[in-house]
Order: sequence, then structure tokens, then C-alpha cells
Amino acid sequence: MKMFEYMGKELFAKYGLPVPKGRMATNPEDAAKIAAEIGGPCVVKSQVLSGKRGKAGGIKFPNTPEEAQKAAEEVLGMTIQGLPVQAILVEEKLKIDKELYMSITIDGSAKQAVLIASAYGGMDIEEQPEEYIIKRHIDPELGMKPFIARDVVRKMGVPVNSAHGKEIVKIIQILYKICLEKDAELVEINPLVFSDDKVIAADSKVTIDDDAMFRMKDLPIVDDRSPAERAAKDLGLSFVELDGEIAVMANGAGITMGTLDTLQAFGGTPKNFLDCGGGTGREATAKALDILFDLNPKAVFVNIFGGITRCDDVANAVKDQYEAKGGFPVPLVIRLVGTNQEAGREILASIGVEAFDFMEDAARRVIELAK
Amino acid sequence: MAIIIDENTNVLVMGITGRQASFHTKQMLAYGTKIVAGCTPGKGGASVEGIPVYNTVREACENHRIDASVIFVPAPATKDAALENIEAGVGVVVIVTEGVPVYDEIEIVAYAKRKGAIILGPNTFGIVSGGKCKMGIPPNQYFIEGNVGVVARSGTLTYEITGNLTANGLGQSTVVGMGGDRAVGLTFIDVLKMFEKDDQTEAIVMIGEIGGNSEEIAAEYIKEMTKPVVAFIAGKSAPPGKRMGHAGAIIERGKGTYQGKVDALNAAGAKVAPLPFDVPQLVKEALGIK
Repeated sequence: MKMFEYMGKELFAKYGLPVPKGRMATNPEDAAKIAAEIGGPCVVKSQVLSGKRGKAGGIKFPNTPEEAQKAAEEVLGMTIQGLPVQAILVEEKLKIDKELYMSITIDGSAKQAVLIASAYGGMDIEEQPEEYIIKRHIDPELGMKPFIARDVVRKMGVPVNSAHGKEIVKIIQILYKICLEKDAELVEINPLVFSDDKVIAADSKVTIDDDAMFRMKDLPIVDDRSPAERAAKDLGLSFVELDGEIAVMANGAGITMGTLDTLQAFGGTPKNFLDCGGGTGREATAKALDILFDLNPKAVFVNIFGGITRCDDVANAVKDQYEAKGGFPVPLVIRLVGTNQEAGREILASIGVEAFDFMEDAARRVIELAK
Repeated sequence: MAIIIDENTNVLVMGITGRQASFHTKQMLAYGTKIVAGCTPGKGGASVEGIPVYNTVREACENHRIDASVIFVPAPATKDAALENIEAGVGVVVIVTEGVPVYDEIEIVAYAKRKGAIILGPNTFGIVSGGKCKMGIPPNQYFIEGNVGVVARSGTLTYEITGNLTANGLGQSTVVGMGGDRAVGLTFIDVLKMFEKDDQTEAIVMIGEIGGNSEEIAAEYIKEMTKPVVAFIAGKSAPPGKRMGHAGAIIERGKGTYQGKVDALNAAGAKVAPLPFDVPQLVKEALGIK
């Protein structure tokens, strides 16, 4: 789950990590009030889960409460990369002496968290030359010890005994603490700024591990999914909306990707990724099919290799949908093999649907029907 | 020979009294797996499919030799279950559970490394040594004995490809599911090295997917291998920034792309199958079968 910048900063502040003065607002009047409290030049930042806010005009620099109100009016209601701006962050404008970069994320290959730091921040870290980037893997048994943080600071070229150096050592340890306690798979500060002798997080990017949400009761929930994605998630299925013509359901992430790849290789275009998982029963499968038809595709492709998933459950789900809808609005092609295959095919035959044995043949057929 | 598990492996099923676990215990027994014990805290003294159930793994280990465990417990309880098995000295721990928090996975993998245990998963279908032993959830009928080693990140795609191998008369030495999550126990290289040493294995099928860089790292080792490798990479059509079902299957900041993986594998001398059903033909060619 990605958090808005202001939520990330609230989290930072709770852990004692320095952030600029200010808070979130959802209307221009509050923006003016916050600017008055700050009492000087401000920044008004659109709160959307996307980068490139500055380029899109979603960041403004008002000098007075009146200007802040006007800036808020302009930014609220903007659309940035398809995302409507519903909130803004009004903050003090920092005096910036230097911009740095700091993040902790998961390195799957190393099976460890990794700290990434650079004395050159502000832009995309991927665009920095390798020699400016410091990477330090975090041994989970050792944790983020002060000596490790000091060594990172040294490598950044910041004197360890300077006010800045001491502050960064603290910040690094706080970031790792947030990762562990909040199951954050990404915490990023870009830029981390030197402002006189202070070090301040001028931005925040925090992503919480979706799999850990069950133990994160005290965090705000950010839901940036489409209605179809939400409906699928409620069924416990993973869904991604794409922009093609053929709606797809398969059982398993790998085979679903393989199905999309096959469609594309044969000249078709997938409208979505829907992994109906293993062992999903008749009712949930029927609901999943309903999500597919709601996408208004040109055809629906169901590709099932039953292991835990039972073919008769899938066939019954198809039949339930067929009966509920009084026939299918668009052609449905199904490939159905595996556990209880024969029973499944008999059920399909009763509504005049023929099942394919091979993904290849079924994929060609559904592309033909979608034309 | 096969790798990691064989006909002599004594298996414990963790969470054996659960609905999925008891169903799969029956399936594993039908495949020929030597399940000697089960463990569910609070259900000690019960029995499932004639297998004795213990309260703790240590209790099971006092009564049986346990070589490997397969874990079917809910995600919030998985870290404890995995650590319990590793601590008790179980050498192979297969974690089927999906949705385990990534920091729990990191802790499990680190502890396993310290104790020298092999971890498969989390979020794996398991492992099958063809005709000898199955741990996990794959359908039995698609896995037969033979000389092709298979290593994969995802489940159903592996059934699809292994099913195609079996239909083409190509049996398997061992089919290894490493798991679809970000922090899993083994890497492709770990498993490729085992296959390279295994007498029974003559060719290897590697089933990867977009995201991460483990396929690219594996390519470096493939250059040194004497045995042929055929690969399929899922996710060619996936858009960047979208998580395709598996936590690890995401193209982030231009890393983990399909093309990057295919280029690395081609450069290493592996044969990359464009689509899943192209794999058997490439394996036959690699083995010199007409």
C-alpha cells in the first residue's frame, strides 16, 4: 500500500525524524490558515500517488496566506497522470543548502533490506552515476547498528562528527525502525535536505507490505484501486486492468502471465490480468467471471489447469453465469484440464460450451472470436 | 538420484489438521511420499490419514527422524512455524503458505542460512522428485520420473510446462518450486548447481518471470554449466509498475524486464522458449531426441 506524502511525513514525525512545518488540507481556506500559521513563504504540494508532480504544475510556492489560498484552488481538482488531486500539503518553504537521497527497500536477490544513500539527491536516483550511490545491505540479525550508519555517512562524504553527519546517523536508524515496525517495503526521502545545520526530509515515499496489513491496525488506508480491482481483491484474487480487448481469467500468477503472453504473441490483446488462484470455489469463480463481463470485453478467455482448483467448480461457475445472464453477452472460450476434468466438461456440454485441451488452440480461437 | 528429496525422505506436515493440509496429505501419500508425522499445536495425539499428530516439532523429532517439513499454516503463523522447524534441525522446509509479510520471510531465510537448512517458498507449490516423493500441492498425474530437472518461481505455469513434458514422454528428476515471493529461500543458481551435480538430471528447464534479477544472475552461472538449459520467462506482455499476482512479479524503474532476462539467457547459451508449449521441443533438441 502506497502512502500519500503527508501520511509518510506524519509517520516520520511520530518517529522523531525531522520534517518541514505544515500539514495536509483539502480546501483552500484551510490552506490559507496553515500558511498563516507558518508565517512565511510556503510550498503547496498536490497529494497524489505519482511522481512528476512538479512538472505537471502540482507544486506551487506562495509567499502569503492569500497566495496559498489561490495556489490551493488551482492545485485541488487538478488531474495528474490520471489521478485527481483531492488533498494538498502546505508546508514551510525550506532554505535548501544541499539535496541528498536516502531510502530503504527490499532486495529480493539478496533476501535482505538494502539502504541506498547518495550525497546527490533531488532527481531520480536511477539517473545518478553508480559511483555516487551507496548501497548497504542490512543483515536482519544485526539490524541497523550506529556503526553501519556512520560508515554510510562517511561514504556519502559527510563528516561523521559534523552536525549534519550526526543527524543522518540518527535518520538512518529511524528509517530502519520504521521499516521493521510498520512492515514498510519502501521508505524513501528524496530529497533529504541540509538547511543550515539541520537535516530535513523534504519529501516522503512510503509503501507498506500488503501482506502485512493484517498487523498494521493503526495506519490510514489508502485505496487507489479501480472498482474492478477492488471487487477482485474482496474475493481474494489478484487483478490488474489492462487496455486490450480480451478479458482473461487463469489460475495462478505464472500461468495467467503466460496466457497474456500467448494472446499477445498470436495477435490478441488482453484486457486484464485476473489470477483466480488455487482452490477458488464455485461461487467466487462465478463472481470473478462477472467482473470480467463487466469490463465489456470483446471476448472472455478462461484458462484453467486444475490442481487444487477443481474443473467441476469452474464449469459450474460458468454455468451459473450463463444462466444468470440468459446466455453470454460476448463469446467465452474455455480451456479446462486437470482435477475432475470429465465432470467439468459434462457440465459445460449441458450449456453448449466446448472446452479446449490446449492453451494454444483455445488462445487462437478466442482471438478469432474477438475480431 | 534426484535433488533435495527422494524416496527415503521422512516428511512432517505442519498444520496437518487443517482442511488444505489434510487434503494434500492424502494426495502426497498417494504419490508415495513417506509422511511420518504431522504437527498442529494443541492437536497432539490426533491422527490424520493414519499419521500421528504432535504438538511441537521437537516432540515429532523425538519420535521420528524428520528430514523435511511442508508448511500449511495461515500467513500470520508462518514465521513461527518455519523457525520452529529450522530450530528443531529439519534440513528442508517447504513453505506453501501465500501472503507472508516480507520481513518475516527475510528473518526465516536468514535463520535457515545460519542453521544450514534449505527453504523452498514461501508461496511455493512445493517440490516433486519424479516417481519418488512429492511435498506440496501439485496434481500427481503430471509428474513422472525422468531426466529433466525443472526449477520455477510459479506453480500452475510449472504444471502446464511439466504436463507438456510428461505428455511428450519427458520425465523429471526433480521439479523445484522456489516460490513466487520476493524473499524466498533459494535462487535459480542454487538449484542449477544441484542439477549440474545430479547424475539423474541431463537437461534443465528454468521457468522464470519478470521482476527482480535472479534470472540475469543465473545466466552468469549457466555459461559455466555442462548441461543444457531451456528457459521460459512469463510476463512478456506485462506493463511496468503493475504487480502481476506474485509479489515479486513487477517491473520497477526499468528493472526486471522480459527482454533483459531473455538477452542475458541467450547470451549465456540457454535456449529461451517464446511460449510455454514450445518448451518440450527445445528440451528434445537439447537431449538429441528426434
